[in-house]
Amino acid sequence: MQTCVLIIGAGATGTALARDLSLRGIDCILVEKGDVNAGASGANHGLLHSGARYIVSDPAAAAECHAENRILKQIAPQCIEDTGGLFVAVQGDDEKYIADFPTACQKCGIPVQPLSPDQARDMEPALSEHVIAAFWVDDAAIDPFKLSLDNLSCAQAHGARLLCRHQVTSFEIRGGRIVCTHVRDLNTDKQFFIEAQVVVNAAGAWADIIARCAGAQMQMYYSKGSLMVTQNRIAKRVINRLRMPTDGDILVPGGTVSILGTTSERVASPDFIYPEIHEIDTILDQGSAMIPKLAQTHYIRAYCGVRPLPAGSEITNPARDPDDRAVSRGYELIDHQDQPEQMANFVSITGGKLTTCRLMAEKTADLVCEKLGIQAVCRTRTEPVPDAAEAKWTKPGLAPAAWVRENRCKEPLLCECEMVPESVVKQIADTFAANQQRPDLKAISLRSRIGKGPCQGTFCSMRIMAYLYDQGYINDRYGTDDLRAFLKERWRGRQPLAWNNGLARAELMEAMHCGLFCLEL
Amino acid sequence: MNNQKADIHCDLMIIGTGMAGMAAALFAAGQDLDIVQAGRTGQLGFASGLIDVLGIYPVARSRIVKNPWPAIADLGRHEPAHPYAKMAISEIQTAVDTVLGFFEQAGYPYMYRKNQNMIMPTAAGTVKPTYAAAHTMAHGQAAMAHQQPCLLVDFKGLKGFGSRMIAANLARTWPGLRPVTIGFPEAGTELHPEPMARALETARMREKLAENIAPYLGDAACVALPAILGISRTQKVTKELSGLLGVPVFEISTMVPGVSGIRIMEIFQQHLPEMGINAFFQHNVRKACRKTGGGWVFEVGDRSHWRLVSARAALVCSGRFLGGGLHADRAGITETIFNLPVARVPERDSWHHRDLLHAGGHPVNRAGLAVDTSFRPVDDNNSPVWPDLFAAGTILAGQDWMREKCGSGLSIATAYAAVRAARRFLEKT
Repeated sequence: MQTCVLIIGAGATGTALARDLSLRGIDCILVEKGDVNAGASGANHGLLHSGARYIVSDPAAAAECHAENRILKQIAPQCIEDTGGLFVAVQGDDEKYIADFPTACQKCGIPVQPLSPDQARDMEPALSEHVIAAFWVDDAAIDPFKLSLDNLSCAQAHGARLLCRHQVTSFEIRGGRIVCTHVRDLNTDKQFFIEAQVVVNAAGAWADIIARCAGAQMQMYYSKGSLMVTQNRIAKRVINRLRMPTDGDILVPGGTVSILGTTSERVASPDFIYPEIHEIDTILDQGSAMIPKLAQTHYIRAYCGVRPLPAGSEITNPARDPDDRAVSRGYELIDHQDQPEQMANFVSITGGKLTTCRLMAEKTADLVCEKLGIQAVCRTRTEPVPDAAEAKWTKPGLAPAAWVRENRCKEPLLCECEMVPESVVKQIADTFAANQQRPDLKAISLRSRIGKGPCQGTFCSMRIMAYLYDQGYINDRYGTDDLRAFLKERWRGRQPLAWNNGLARAELMEAMHCGLFCLEL
Repeated sequence: MNNQKADIHCDLMIIGTGMAGMAAALFAAGQDLDIVQAGRTGQLGFASGLIDVLGIYPVARSRIVKNPWPAIADLGRHEPAHPYAKMAISEIQTAVDTVLGFFEQAGYPYMYRKNQNMIMPTAAGTVKPTYAAAHTMAHGQAAMAHQQPCLLVDFKGLKGFGSRMIAANLARTWPGLRPVTIGFPEAGTELHPEPMARALETARMREKLAENIAPYLGDAACVALPAILGISRTQKVTKELSGLLGVPVFEISTMVPGVSGIRIMEIFQQHLPEMGINAFFQHNVRKACRKTGGGWVFEVGDRSHWRLVSARAALVCSGRFLGGGLHADRAGITETIFNLPVARVPERDSWHHRDLLHAGGHPVNRAGLAVDTSFRPVDDNNSPVWPDLFAAGTILAGQDWMREKCGSGLSIATAYAAVRAARRFLEKT
C-alpha cells in the first residue's frame, strides 16, 4: 500500500490528525493494533477541561485547555454535554490554594465565578455539608468515543483509510528515512507493507515502543489511572475538588451515569493493567469526602487507562512527585530529524489530554506539511465535525429514544439495560462486514451502549452473539471464543467492585456462563 | 419481639425457597412436624432443567466426572471442608433419588443413569456434564452421543437461543446438527419462552408448530427446540409434538431464567402446601430473634404485612449473594438473618481472580457457613453457634457449585442431612 502520511494509533490524537490531514487534502492511512480509542483515549473521565484543574501546577497547559474547550464546543457540540463544572473545597483543604485559585484562573483568562457553599449545594444537592468554598467554571462532559468516531468518519469521507487490528512490526530505514513500514493484519496474520512519505507515531502509551522500533530514542513514563462508573447520575455538573490534583477528586457526568476518578500510579508497562481494589478504595474514600453518597451508591464497573507522560516534560524530581501528578499534562511533538537519530520523515506526538487532541493534531499536521513541502491551512479550528451516523449509538439514551420515537417497539431489544434493539446491532455489524471484517462484541460495545448497563453483558452478550450467527456474520467457533473474551473484558471492570449488589451481579454472571454454560472448560 | 405473642407456632422454620429450601420442605413434610417455610422464590427460576451432582472434579484440572459417586468419595477425602464430605454417599443418593421421585410423581420426570453423568448440549454451543436431565431434554444426550441427524429449530424473535450458534460450535462433535429459524405460530415480534410454552399446551398450537417445522425435517432423526415444551403438561406436549413430527422432540436448556425454572417452582408451590407445609412464598424473613430458653421468633412478610412466627428450630437455606443469604461490603462478608460467622473469607483483594474463567474458580465462592456433621453453623472453634439452628444449600462454605457443577445435588443432599439432624434435635427436646 502507498500513502502520503501513515498514522500509527487510532486514539483521540490519531483520529483527529487523520481528519486534519484529510481536510488539507493529504492522503493518509491510520494503522491501529486494537480498535479505535483502545488505550487512554477510551479510558478517561470524558472531561472537557476548562483548564482550571491545571491552573496552579501547569498554567500553560491550563490556557491551552481553555482555548480548546471553546473550539470543541463550537465544532463538535454533538459530542459534548455542556454541563459547566464546580470546584469545591471541604473542611481541611489547603486554604492558600483556595485563596489563590480565582486569581490564577483570571490570569489565564479562564472564566470563574465564586459561589457560596449554600449556592453550590443548591446547584448540586449531593455535595457535602462540609463544603467551605466553591467556584463555577466552564468544564463540560465529552464522549471520547463519539469524538474519535466522528473525526474518523469525516476523515474517511475525505479519503483516509483505517486499518484496525493491524500491528506495526518493523520499519525499513534507508538514508535516514523510513521507506517502508511492515504491518501484520491480526485478523488473518498476513504481513504486508505500507510506503509513506511521512510516518506519524501517535501510539499513546505505546509511542516509545514504536519509536524504539524505528531506532529512535524516547523516554516515557506510564501512569495508570483507574475510574469507576456509578449506576445513576450523581450530579448535573462536573465536580472537582479544589486542591492540588490528587486521587479521587473528579466526578464527571456521562449521560445517565457519573464517572469518579482517578488514581495515578507508575506502572512498568501499558499492557495487562487492571483497576485494583486499593485504588477503588482510595477513590471512594476521597470522593465521598466531597460527595458523601458516593460511599453508598451502586457502581456498575471500573476501568483504567495509562497516561503516556513524556519524560522530557518532567518538572519536578520524582522523589517529590511519587504519583506523577506534577508531570506536565502538556503534549510533546517530536521531530525525529532534530533528534540524535536524525530521521527526516518520522514524527512522534505524545502526552497531552483529550481536551487538547485537536490542537495536538493541528500542530502535528503543520509539521507534516512542512516536511512534505505542502502549504495547506488547518481547517479544524472552525469547521464543524459532522455528526456521523455510524457513531451515533454511543450516546446514552439515544437508542431507547429512537426505539420509542420510530415506533420500533415491536423490535426485539438485544440489550435490555440500555435498550439497544436488533437494528442498531445490525447497523454497526454491517459497517464491519462492508470492510470484510467480522464484527466482535467488543467492537460493537465500543460503538454502542451494549454491555454498559447493570448486567454488564451477562444477558446481552449471548443474545447478540446468537443474533450475529443468525444473521450470518459469524459461522464458525469464533463466536463462542469472542463471547468468552467479551465476558472476561467486562469482568475486568467488575471484579474490583464486587461487594454489595456488585457481588450479586458478579455471581449471576458466573452462574450463567460457568455454572450453566461451562464456558470455563 | 421475642416477648411478643407469635401469630404462628411451628417446630421447624425453613428459610429459603430455592432448591435447598424446597427440598428441605419436601424431606420434612409428612414427618409429624409443623413446618413453616418462607422466602422469595426468584432463585428457583434460575433452575436449568438439569440436576447436577458433581460434574467437574478436580476443578483446577477441569476434569469431567463420568461417575459422580466415586468422585464424591475422592472429593470428601481431599476436601474435608466440603459439605459433601459431611455425609455418607448413600445419603446423598437417597436425597437425590427422593427429589427425582417427587418430580416424577408430579408428572415431570427426570432421566438419569445411576452411575453415570450425562453430557448435554447447551444454548452456548458448549457441552455440560450433569446427573439428571428433565425428560424434555434427556434425548439430547443420546442424540449428541450417537451423532444423530438432528434438526435444530430456533424462532424469529426469540432472543438468546441461536440454532446457528449452537450448530457451528458443536459441529465437530455433532456434524449432523442442522440449524433452521422459523416463525412461531401466531407470534408477535418479540417472543418469550414462558408464553410459548403455555401456548404449546393446546393441541391447536402444537399442530401449527408441527406444520411450521415439517417442511425442514428432511433426514432428521430428531428435532431440538429451545426449552418451550409446556409448563405443567410437558409429557403430553413432548409426546404429541413428537407424534406429529414422527421423530423424537427434545429441548436444549436456554439462558436462565427460563421455563425449566418455572416448571419446578410451580410443582413445589403446588405440592408442598398439599403435603402440610405452611408456606409463605414471595415473603421475606426480615428479622430473627432468639427466645429465652431456646427457639426463634421471625418476622415474616411481604412489603405491607408482617407476622411473627415462633419456631423451636430453624433451617437456613437463604442462598449466597444473589439469593440474599450473604451480604458483602468493603469490610467483609456477613450472614444476613442471624449474623452467623462466615468462614473461609479471603482478603478482599483475593475474592476473585482477574480472569472470570480462571480454572481454579474464585476464592470468595468457597466462603460461607461452616457446619458440623449435624449441619449446624459453627464458630471459629468449630462449636455450633446455636443447638437449634441448621443450614443447607449454597450458603455453605467449602464448595464452589458453579465450577464443580454440583448446585442442585449439593442443595438437595445438604437439605436432606440438615432436616434429618433437625428432626433428631426436635425429637430429643
